Parts: sequence; structure tokens; C-alpha cells
Amino acid sequence: MKTLLAEQNEILHSHSTVNDFSIEVATVNGSGSQSSNTVLMRSLFHMGIPVSGKNLFPSNISGLPTWFTIRLNEKGYLAFKTKKEFLVAMNPQTAIEDVKGLIKDGVCISPAELNLKAIRSDVIHYEIPFNDLVAKVTDNFKLKKLVINMIYVGVVSEILGIDETEIEKSIKAQFEGKAKAIELNLKAVQIGSSYAKEKLTKIDPYKVKRMNKTHDKIIIDGNSACALGAMFAGVSVVTWYPITPSTSVCESLIDYLKEYRMTDDNKATFSVIQAEDELAAIGMAIGAGFGGCRSMTSTSGPGISLMAEFIGFAYFTEIPVVIFDIQRVGPSTGMPTRTSQGDILSAYYLSHGDTKHICVIPASVEECYSLTIEAFDLAEQFQTPVFVLSDLDLGMNNWMSDAFKYPSKPLNRGKVLDKEQLDKLGQFMRYKDVDGDGIPYRTLPGTNHSLAGYFVRGSGHTEAATYTEKPQDYVNLMERLNKKLETAKAKFLPKPEINLNKEAKIGIIGYGSTDFAIKETIDALKENKVNTSYLRIRSLPLNSDVGDFVAKYDKVYVIEQNRDSQMLRIIASEFPKIAHKLTSIRHFDGLPVDALNIYNQIIANCK
Amino acid sequence: MASTTNTVNTNKLGLTLNDYKGSPSTMCDGCGHDAISSQIIKAYYDLGIEPHTVVKLSGIGCSSKTPAYFLGKAHAINAVHGRMPSVATGVNTANKYLRLIGVSGDGDSASIGLGQLCHLIRRNVPMVYIVENNGVYGLTKGQFSATADLGSKLKNGVINDLPAIDICGLALELGCGFVARSFAGDPKQLSVLIKAAMSYKGLAILDVISPCVTFNNHEGSTKSYKKAKESEIPLHELGFVPYFEQITVDYEPGSTVDVEMHDGSHLRLKKLDRNYDPFSRQNALNTVLSAKEKGEFLTGLLYLDESHKDFTTIMNTVDKPLSALTEAELRPSPDVLESIMAGLK
Repeated sequence: MKTLLAEQNEILHSHSTVNDFSIEVATVNGSGSQSSNTVLMRSLFHMGIPVSGKNLFPSNISGLPTWFTIRLNEKGYLAFKTKKEFLVAMNPQTAIEDVKGLIKDGVCISPAELNLKAIRSDVIHYEIPFNDLVAKVTDNFKLKKLVINMIYVGVVSEILGIDETEIEKSIKAQFEGKAKAIELNLKAVQIGSSYAKEKLTKIDPYKVKRMNKTHDKIIIDGNSACALGAMFAGVSVVTWYPITPSTSVCESLIDYLKEYRMTDDNKATFSVIQAEDELAAIGMAIGAGFGGCRSMTSTSGPGISLMAEFIGFAYFTEIPVVIFDIQRVGPSTGMPTRTSQGDILSAYYLSHGDTKHICVIPASVEECYSLTIEAFDLAEQFQTPVFVLSDLDLGMNNWMSDAFKYPSKPLNRGKVLDKEQLDKLGQFMRYKDVDGDGIPYRTLPGTNHSLAGYFVRGSGHTEAATYTEKPQDYVNLMERLNKKLETAKAKFLPKPEINLNKEAKIGIIGYGSTDFAIKETIDALKENKVNTSYLRIRSLPLNSDVGDFVAKYDKVYVIEQNRDSQMLRIIASEFPKIAHKLTSIRHFDGLPVDALNIYNQIIANCK
Repeated sequence: MASTTNTVNTNKLGLTLNDYKGSPSTMCDGCGHDAISSQIIKAYYDLGIEPHTVVKLSGIGCSSKTPAYFLGKAHAINAVHGRMPSVATGVNTANKYLRLIGVSGDGDSASIGLGQLCHLIRRNVPMVYIVENNGVYGLTKGQFSATADLGSKLKNGVINDLPAIDICGLALELGCGFVARSFAGDPKQLSVLIKAAMSYKGLAILDVISPCVTFNNHEGSTKSYKKAKESEIPLHELGFVPYFEQITVDYEPGSTVDVEMHDGSHLRLKKLDRNYDPFSRQNALNTVLSAKEKGEFLTGLLYLDESHKDFTTIMNTVDKPLSALTEAELRPSPDVLESIMAGLK
């Protein structure tokens, strides 16, 4: 028989077990585990270790299974990882499946009564008498349900070696201003860690070690980052209808605006309206855009479908508005709490007739912030709806990032004529391409000038904004609208991010939140002597950089999280000559994509 | 030239009636909507409202085309079908000083747009909202709308077997503070009601029966000119004195009620046969319901309540219009970002 030590050594050699593993906590939603998981994640972050936290939750308020995964990675890879090394199995409903999902020699912390040893004998079990321990914290039944989750925080931190002072700091931050809650939670952690210290013998190899890789970093979710972007873009009208997973864009924004955009006499420099539905939300945002405000709405797939008619109206009548689409799994209700990149085609071409919209596609929380600011500039510069295409994984999960930078450019309010300019010009035609860039001039309602008024109509209109059904008027208008987008993509839209590898024969194209997994894949491929170049699309319509990139390589993989290879179709339709080089790598089960998944698909395809 | 300008009538701004007109109407000859447009033009002229302070809004349908036929110098937005209320809410939010007028129809307001109308009422967005109500879809050639009365007959003999949605009843139920019904064929009353609506701070709903001469003006229609003229029962005789005019004509106390509107104008309601009290919502609701049961066409100011908080008051925004805020007012300073970032570390 092997000694315990020998066994331990073997495991140590087969994995990197310091600062490189995933912790999965399985609980039921509504049990208050979110606080415990946040405390764990923040403590690791404050120990200088790169972390990401993902909440996999049901479309439900209370009582259904939920999983929180913390990935620690010293190299800074933050993507979702299917492989789980460390499990806290608090939910009896899912415990059997959960423990089955662990890697061999993984670690399982569970309530003793679940007897998970019987399920997997090839993982290390630490069985904890959670019920007895929580009884020492409180005898209040309701509180027990909540603080039981802090007991596992204590157990996990003792087993992994998380710094006690960081746990304490994180608890104080989590329950800021609630002295009783802080006391109770600290007590629970302490009872958990004491139990582990006294009763458990550590036989697993997983450890955390202080690093210095999170200095000056922040942790934020993508939706809050979008909200910050909107505030610093100077948004003044926010209209919305709650829908998962976009709700927290507006809820965060409301908090920020109330704190930072009230005047000294307590008046708002903004309006937030919770609309009766998405149809009204976009209608209000369009009304405010016409009125001269930076306006926005935020929604997800079903809302995008409902907004289709109005977005076509705003495109055709040239009214600026910013629409956030935090994508979730469709079609129909789909899986509201699962992530997807399934709205690329529908958002890009939303509405009947010939329509095409500017879309910006953030791939990180930093870009949720900075591309949101750009979206508001683009909307007013080009007088058209602009989409911010984020997704649930980016929007609702916590990501580590460099601190956001203050915008370097002033607001671009676009071509708006005021009274003095109208006086000087002596004429005004709302839809005339005066400058040859396809972008006309507009006036705001209320402008005190007899030339200022014009009639916005979703029906055929002339350069002077009068009604027309003349064939040539219509063609001219449609061509000009197209020219406007040509101007945008040639010079003004966010350019793709390109990382060239001189040795590469293979190209990879991605966009949005898959960026994390793609970068990890590219490094893994490189270790395996497969060199690749990478282009990340950051906006639609695509500019020539994308076509030029594809032309350089024998084969280009387009990685996306939808069934129908939506971005590949857009690339193929805009650059038909190179379309044959494109191969689709898809992952669309609702979970964020794992680097291993992309890696395996590419390797299989290379053979 | 002085000699000619003297002969042209002008309002208090020195503008002529022509300054308030729009492009020529494309409605059918004799359409009730044109009669309403004329009264709108006259009301703006009489009240001396500057056209650039007005935004005209509409949805889709015959009625929704009409904003092109008045106040050609004002901004306008002809939105998608039934969704003008949300656009109006947005425009009001952008600039609370703009004077909004919405023109809609019975299809636009009572069918596809019913939801948005309800929420416009609930929010009490300050605007004049006119429903040009003819009981049919004109632009698609004569299908019943949701305000068509039970038993009303189409040109092809089809009888409407569904009950009508009553715009005024709905507005009262939802708490609208200015609810009136009028008739395109009663210009005198309509003129006063439009002016009163323009002077009201809040949402003013005017349900105006406006016969469709092409598709719903025949025998058997309950919304024809003939039927409306025969059955109209005014609740009171109305008079209006704008805030800038001296009140010279005395009225008999007891027989006339004088209401000072928000802007200082006076609305006068002279009692007719019925002793109608327009300040009781309960009474207004009862009146509308019983009129419906008896098949009476009651016109006039059904309900007025000046105490309602309007949407702009609720939104509590700065004195400037939001659309006029500068970058310095809209974008918080670098130290705000810095302190937010520090909190996320």
C-alpha cells in the first residue's frame, strides 16, 4: 500500500495545484450563498491571485440548484473551465451529479450526511458536520440557512490556505455598515476554519499562495461596466423594461446616476423610466434621441424581437439611440439564465426592409465601459441606432480588469444646427447629404428659428423631409443611408484587434466574451507547435481589415456561441471571395465556452 | 408695407393665421379630420403660441397624417402604429418645455396602441392627445375599429357585434385629469376644448367624433355626420378667455362656472339643461356609462382635475431641458471615476 505521502506526491506531479484550479460551490438559489462566494473570490483576489467568478443560476427565485465557480489562474486565464478540481457540494439535489463532475483526485467538501464517498472513491473527501457547526453560530432557524454558507468559507480557506485577514476584510466589505451581520458571519467562518484545523488532515495538494498580480486591478461585472460607460458617455434618458440578463445594466446605472448625477439642490440631470414593455422602452428612447438627448435602453433577445419595428423606424428616420443587448439563449424564451452569441444576425439586420445597424461588441468589462462610450458618440455622429452586443457571461459575471480610464475625447454630439448656424446658412434640409459623407444635419425641437422644424416620418421622405413615393427619391435615400455606414466603417468604427504570428498558417476570428477562452486556446496551440494569428471583431459592419486578414491564411476558424455560425455568415457575405477559407467552431449549449473545447475542435480539424 | 400689414389680422406675436398652417390636406373632401385640424390651427393662433415650441406627434392611420396639415414650422414625429405615446414620453423627457400635441385615431389608440395610451394616462405626460374617432379603419378601406358601437353597420351591411371601447370611460377609469368629448361638426365647442386642453398642465384627452365621409357616413352608421348632429347633447356651453386677455364679459354666478386653468386662462362652463359637475370623477364615469346605455352622444368637458402631478414634476429634473445639458453637466469628473475604481479594487 502506498503511503499517504507517496500518494500526495503523485497527485502533485500530475497537476499544477498551486494557484491554478477551479472551485465549484453547489447550492440552492435564494440561500444567501452569493455573499459567501463573493467573500471567497475577493479574498483570493486580494491575495494577488488572478480570479474570475461565474454564477450559473436558474431562472427562478428560490429553491433551485445554482453553482458558483471561482477560477484561480496565476497566468491570468479567466475563461470558463469545464474541468473542476475542487467542489463544495452543499446541495443534496445535485450532489451526486456534482461529485461525478470532479476530476480524478479532485477534492469534495460536503455535509457528512450526504455520504458522497460512496459515489466517488477516487476523489478526496472532507466530510463536514455543517448542521452541528451552524448550531454553534446561531439558533435562529432563518439565519442558520444563511450563515451555513460562511462555514464552508472557513473550511475552504483553512484547506487552501487563504489568508484569514483577507477573509475578514472581505466580510467587512460585503456587509459594510451592518455590525451584527459582520460579527455573525465572522463567527461562522471561524467555526468552520477551527473545525478544519482541528479535525481534518489535509491530504489534497491544492493550495493558494500570495502573488502580486492583482495590484491596481478591479473586479466588476460587464453590466455594471456598461452602466459606468453610459454615465461617462453622458446619458440623460434611460428607458427600460426588466429582462434577464440585462436588468442589472439599468439597475447599476440607476445607482450610479443617483449618486453622481444629482445637482446640489437634489435635481436630476437624467430621467430613468421603467416602461410598460420593450416596445415603449425603445419608443421613449427614440423620442428622447429625437429631442436631443443621449438616450438608451437595455434588453435581451425577446426585447430585441419586440423592438424590431421601432429600430427600423429610427434607422430610416435617422434618430440616435443606443440599445444594449445582453444576449441570452434563444429562440423564444430559450434559457434566460444561460449565455449566447445568438443575436448577431438579428441585431445587425433588425427590422423589415433593408436595414443594417452599427454594432459594437465588447470582449471584456473594460470594453463594456469604453465601447459603450463609443456607442453613444457613434449614435449621435451617424444619427442612427447603435447596438452594444454583450452577453450574459460577460454581463452578469465578475471579471478582473485594469482600472477604467477616463475618456480622452470630448462627447461627439454630431451634426446639430442651432439658431445661429441656421441664420448663417439661410437654408436647411433635414435629409440632404451636404458634406458628401452620407450624414445629414439635424435640428432639435424647440430651436427658435423658422427653418428649424421638420417632419419625421417612417414613410418615404424627400431630402426636405416631405412625403414621397417617387422611385428615385426612395433609391437616393436608401443609398445615402448605406453611404453613412460606409463612412462609419471606413473611419470611425472600433477596429478589430489583431495579433499576428509570423509563423502562422491558421487564422482565428472571434468576438465578444469568447476572447478569454480563445487567448487561452492560442497559447495552448502554440505549446503544441500550432501557430495561429488572431483577429477579434469589435464592431459591425465589418471593415476591410477582416477580409485582408482572412486572405492571408490557408484556413480561418470563426469561433462563436450560436448554432448557425452567424458571424461567419456575415464575413462570408461581405467578403465572398475568401468565404471558402472559413471554418466554423461553435459552442452553443448555454455555458460559456471552455478553451479546451475550442482547442479540441481545432486540433481535430487540423488532422 | 404698412398699408397692407394693417389689413392682415395678426395674433399677439404678430403672426398671421397662415403662419400656423401646414401643407395642403390629402384627406377626403369633407373629412371630419380637416375640421379638427382647422380648429387646432385656430387655437394655436388665438393663444399666440410660438410654432417652434410645439412638437406634433402621431401614429399611423388617416388621423395620424394630419399633423402635416397644421403648424408647418413645428417639429413633428409621425411614429409607428399605436406607439406615439411612448415617443411623446421620450420627447417630453428630453425637453419638458416643449408643447406636445398628439393626434391619433380610434384604430391607433383603441386597438394597437391601447396599452401605450393607458400608460401615457398613468404617467400623466403633459400633452394634448386628440383621438379623431370615426369607428373605422379608413386607410385600409373601412374595417370596424374597436370604438365602433355595437350594432353599427358597415357600408357592405356587416353589423358590428362587439362592444365599443369608450376612450373617455377608459381615460376616466385610469385617472386622466382632463377628459373631454366633442364633435368635428361642432367647431365652437371643439375650439374651446382644444384651447382648454392646451392650457392644462398634464395629459388632456379629447375624444372627437370625426365622421369618415367615405367609409362610415351612411345610414346605419352610429358615427355619421347626420347621426352625430341629431344626437349630440352638449353638457354645457363653453367659453374660453386666454390668460393674456382681460376678462370683460361678466357671467351670471350660479349659472356659469369659471375655472382658472394652470396658465391663468379661464374656462367658462355655462349650465344647460343638466346640472353637470365636471369636477367629480365618479359623476363623470356615471355619466359616460349611462350615456352609453341610453345611446346618447354627450359632448363637453367630462372631467377636470388640476391637482394631478404631471410626469415632469415626478421626474424631478434640473430646470434646464435635459437636451440642453452640457458635457460638464453630463459627464462626471475624473475624480468620480477614480473613486468608483478605488471601490472596485
